Amino acid sequence: MSRISRRIFLLCGLLSAGLAQAQLSIEITGAGASRIPVAIADFAGDPTLARIVTGTVRSDLERSGLFKLVDPVGAVLDENAPVDAAAWKGRGADALAAGSIARSADGRIEARFRLYDTQKATALGGAAFVTQSAQLRMAGHRIADYIYEKLTGEPGVFSTRIAYVVKSRGQFLLQVADADGQGAATALTSTEPIISPVWSPDGSRLAYVSFEKKKPMIYVHSLATGQRRIVANFKGSNSAPAWSPDGRKLAVVLSKDGNSQLYAVNADGSGLQRLGSSPGIDTEPRYSADGSQIYFTSDRGGSPQIYRIDANGGVAQRVTFDGTYNVSPRPSPDGRSLAFISRRDGRFQLAVMDLASRQVQVLTDSTKDESPSFAPNSRMILIATEIGGRGVLSAVSVDGRIKQRLTIAGGDVREPAWGPFVK
Amino acid sequence: MKKILLISLLVSVLAACSTTPVPDETAGAPVESRSSGGSSSEVKPVVAGGLDASGLPRELTDPKSQLAQRSIFFDVDKYEVKGEYQSLVAAHAKFLVANRGYKVLIQGNTDETGSREYNLSLGQKRSDAVKRALVLLGAQEDQVESVSLGEEKPRNPGRDEAAFAENRRADILYRAPDGRGEF
Repeated sequence: MSRISRRIFLLCGLLSAGLAQAQLSIEITGAGASRIPVAIADFAGDPTLARIVTGTVRSDLERSGLFKLVDPVGAVLDENAPVDAAAWKGRGADALAAGSIARSADGRIEARFRLYDTQKATALGGAAFVTQSAQLRMAGHRIADYIYEKLTGEPGVFSTRIAYVVKSRGQFLLQVADADGQGAATALTSTEPIISPVWSPDGSRLAYVSFEKKKPMIYVHSLATGQRRIVANFKGSNSAPAWSPDGRKLAVVLSKDGNSQLYAVNADGSGLQRLGSSPGIDTEPRYSADGSQIYFTSDRGGSPQIYRIDANGGVAQRVTFDGTYNVSPRPSPDGRSLAFISRRDGRFQLAVMDLASRQVQVLTDSTKDESPSFAPNSRMILIATEIGGRGVLSAVSVDGRIKQRLTIAGGDVREPAWGPFVK
Repeated sequence: MKKILLISLLVSVLAACSTTPVPDETAGAPVESRSSGGSSSEVKPVVAGGLDASGLPRELTDPKSQLAQRSIFFDVDKYEVKGEYQSLVAAHAKFLVANRGYKVLIQGNTDETGSREYNLSLGQKRSDAVKRALVLLGAQEDQVESVSLGEEKPRNPGRDEAAFAENRRADILYRAPDGRGEF
């Protein structure tokens, strides 16, 4: 219900231009080397509803930096209309999507579409998504995901969600929004800091660190119900939660025995187990995608560097060697790479290591990158950074070419977390 | 309702201290009219025995006393207590040895550069270092608690090196045996 009312509010907001809500706005600051030219025809059916769906599909594809939109010159095409492939090819489109929006008797809306390859003059497939009218944009995201996957060979992430923290007027808001920053909803409001949100693998819960009881404690928060549970409240600091891929455990950092050290705890707070031991700081644990390893930051060698241990504990192996400050390791969901933050000449920048070759590439030229988070398809990395003294989010492609910036009016955005694929 | 109870409690406490008979609270005079009586609405706190308004002895709060200095500053990425703070730490340890009923809370802080989580751990190392120094000099383990605020509560919100240096800091907060104090 809250989701529906939020969507309605969003629609109203789109209609009245001067929306004074804490809404993220997106700016694209880079594009892929070769973009696939694609035309999204105007869908048949109710023009207002069709515009919401096709508008969402077009902006999703364009924002990804991998597609160039070809003007459909006002053509209205449903998914069964005959397609003049040669004519669309002549306009420069390698692919064309056509579709329709229909209202069913029970008030729900069905968005149908078909995707064509204009070069080969064949249909690549199609689908139908049935939604409540308030969730029409989600149908658009689903269609964009389908097109993205058919044309790039990789799953799209337009229908996923992101979480982040907004600091505005002395308040901290933990918010959840669609991957395009629209439809923001506030899960938690606090006068004390909130840091390190992470999504449960099923996308239903967030774990995070809240200072609301005057010291850092770890909470698990069910988004649909708002129900919260403290899973770590030991003496000292409780921080840096990371879900195991099966969603049953959290790796956490506790200072109960002195230094910040790694532990694992069941998602209900039971079964505390120590994972490692060092004389210095161990923090920022993250499970590898297969759950077998934990990457973490440690200063055991004299400066903060990234290490790796077996998920059940054991001897740590050092992973980063260049420079004197490499932190915030995030293994990619496909298991191939590791994103982290590296200090170079006093600037904190997003870097990516290819885990097979150990080659490191710095992806940004900014000075204050923090908190990287992979998209579930491993193609983009969301980070917090700073522009003009303000905290903003930036999504960077793993090759560094495509950059999107997400800002919020009148507030700092930080601590992004990209959610999992929506089932 | 709570406020009214509190006011009437205060009034009865004050009244009990004077030599005049305690007025009958059940007489039912409205609380508002009682507090609107001019001079009686103002209460200047006076604490006996050299304590200040926070309930701490003046040697901890008088700016002329060394013990009023509560901050220890750190170098970038470091958590060693520098030599220049040895006498300050020693003075606080001496106070804790002489006043076993007193407790301190050490809050470790960092500048805003780098990872928030690493900074939370770094702030803990800074407060732990101060705690260890106090305990080595005779303070009891249970007199000293160390916590970290990381980069989340900067004293100086500025973004230059001077601000960062001010934020790389551990603060010592005191609590008296009666529970009053700074934390």
